[in-house]
Amino acid sequence: MSGVPGGGLAKGLAVTLKTMTKRAHTHQYPDVEPDLPPRSRGVIALLEENCTVCMLCARECPDWCIYIDSHKEEVVVPGAARPRQRNVLDRFAIDYSLCMYCGICVEVCPFDALYWSPEFEYAEYDLRDLLHEKDRLGEWMPTVPAPPAHDPNGEPAKEETTAAKKAAAPARTAAPRPGPTSGPGPASRPGPAAPPAAPPAE
Amino acid sequence: MPVWLELVFRVVAVFVAFLTLPLIVGQTEHKVMAHMQGRLGPMYAGAFHGWAQLVADGIKFVQKEDVTPRAADRAVFRLAPIVSLLPYLLVLLVIPLGPHGLVAQPLDIGLFFVLAVVGIGVVAVLMAAWSSANKYALLGGLRAAAQLLGYELPFVLAAASVAMAAGTLSLSGIVRAWQPWWLVWQLPALLIFFTAGLAEIRRPPFDMPIAESELVFGYLTEYTGLRFAFFLLAEYVGIVVVAALTTVLFLGGWRGPFADAQLGWLWTLLKVFVVSFVIIWVRVSYPRLREDQLQRLCWLVLVPLALGQLLLTAAVKLMI
Repeated sequence: MSGVPGGGLAKGLAVTLKTMTKRAHTHQYPDVEPDLPPRSRGVIALLEENCTVCMLCARECPDWCIYIDSHKEEVVVPGAARPRQRNVLDRFAIDYSLCMYCGICVEVCPFDALYWSPEFEYAEYDLRDLLHEKDRLGEWMPTVPAPPAHDPNGEPAKEETTAAKKAAAPARTAAPRPGPTSGPGPASRPGPAAPPAAPPAE
Repeated sequence: MPVWLELVFRVVAVFVAFLTLPLIVGQTEHKVMAHMQGRLGPMYAGAFHGWAQLVADGIKFVQKEDVTPRAADRAVFRLAPIVSLLPYLLVLLVIPLGPHGLVAQPLDIGLFFVLAVVGIGVVAVLMAAWSSANKYALLGGLRAAAQLLGYELPFVLAAASVAMAAGTLSLSGIVRAWQPWWLVWQLPALLIFFTAGLAEIRRPPFDMPIAESELVFGYLTEYTGLRFAFFLLAEYVGIVVVAALTTVLFLGGWRGPFADAQLGWLWTLLKVFVVSFVIIWVRVSYPRLREDQLQRLCWLVLVPLALGQLLLTAAVKLMI
């Protein structure tokens, strides 16, 4: 390529010498914590209180690695005509030896019970020990990072717009939806039981 | 000082140099090669930047099982590592470190001795290759033999050029006769000697005999444990020897910018380390030469160049 004979040889030497003067790319992992990118998929953490046992995650999981057991409980609400039924979560387990970290369960959870945590140091000596129950999944909740800040130049979140609209015209929106739309959050993301009720409201 | 004491002292000094210099060069290679590839290299052994890595490697090699293949020619197989190591030890005996006889064994035909002894390396390689009873070892050994015999020629011719210029075969005499402008006059010989030296110690890019991607590990395939470590040590002593010979023959040995008489040993060691660094540098930078390219380079480039350098040396020598 180069005109001077041996120019390529000199270039090769120059490249290696230049690399030597630069900093090495090595990550000294066990000594120095890795600087993980935002939204790293380390492990799936469970916020047990948010789970309603809707089973969406277990059904959507491509390799069926989520195990959910529950029972129904009667809750007597004072003032209500009859006791309400409530699902109580008995077991929630994710088998990380099967999980392929697709994140569909996190996406599909309508109540934000599942979160991605960047924690990744949960290797085991036995494959069977990778089946983690809900208490272990709950231990990872504190490692879940705060959601990224909203883009100041972006459109406001759907929840905020709805809340603002509701505040502007409280009489009109409050009338057709007396029950389920009490909080600002679930207004845009109704639970699994809500969709049949939503269309007549609009 | 009684003669025997002096003798013991000199032998011990050479032995210490024989054991420490290759380790230093080996550690330098680990670190330099790593940083040239954007890595860190050994970091744990010895706590500080892996300074004890080669010591740890040595301990590991000692612990390993010493396997001799059933079909191997046992005596030859076991002797080969020692035969490969010994010539370099002998060469270190006659390399002058400084002026006023700062050399283990001053020898009037030092250069002749060095070139003759380094040639024994071919025998060690062939012994290892043939006695292993392994096809890869044999292929590697024959490649090595062809390479070593071929590169011996430019190696000797380049050394002869400088011996002719100095008018002596004594290594100390060559350093005494050396003048800075020889750097230009003997430059082709320097490059030829260095390149042929690299091929003599089978360093990359001339490591076709042990090309691990095609020949497993060439003539070293069947070796384990301490015997394998001996071959590795021979490679690193080889670096030191080639660097020292280049220094003494072409770079003025103990001649430095000042205080040659007192600091001569320091200048020699510095130059040896600089040349060793270049050997490592070349290893990192260039891909391995194919067998035919290797032979072409030797016979069609280095040998004619070396002969031309001999003519040039003779012409200049006649003029002055």
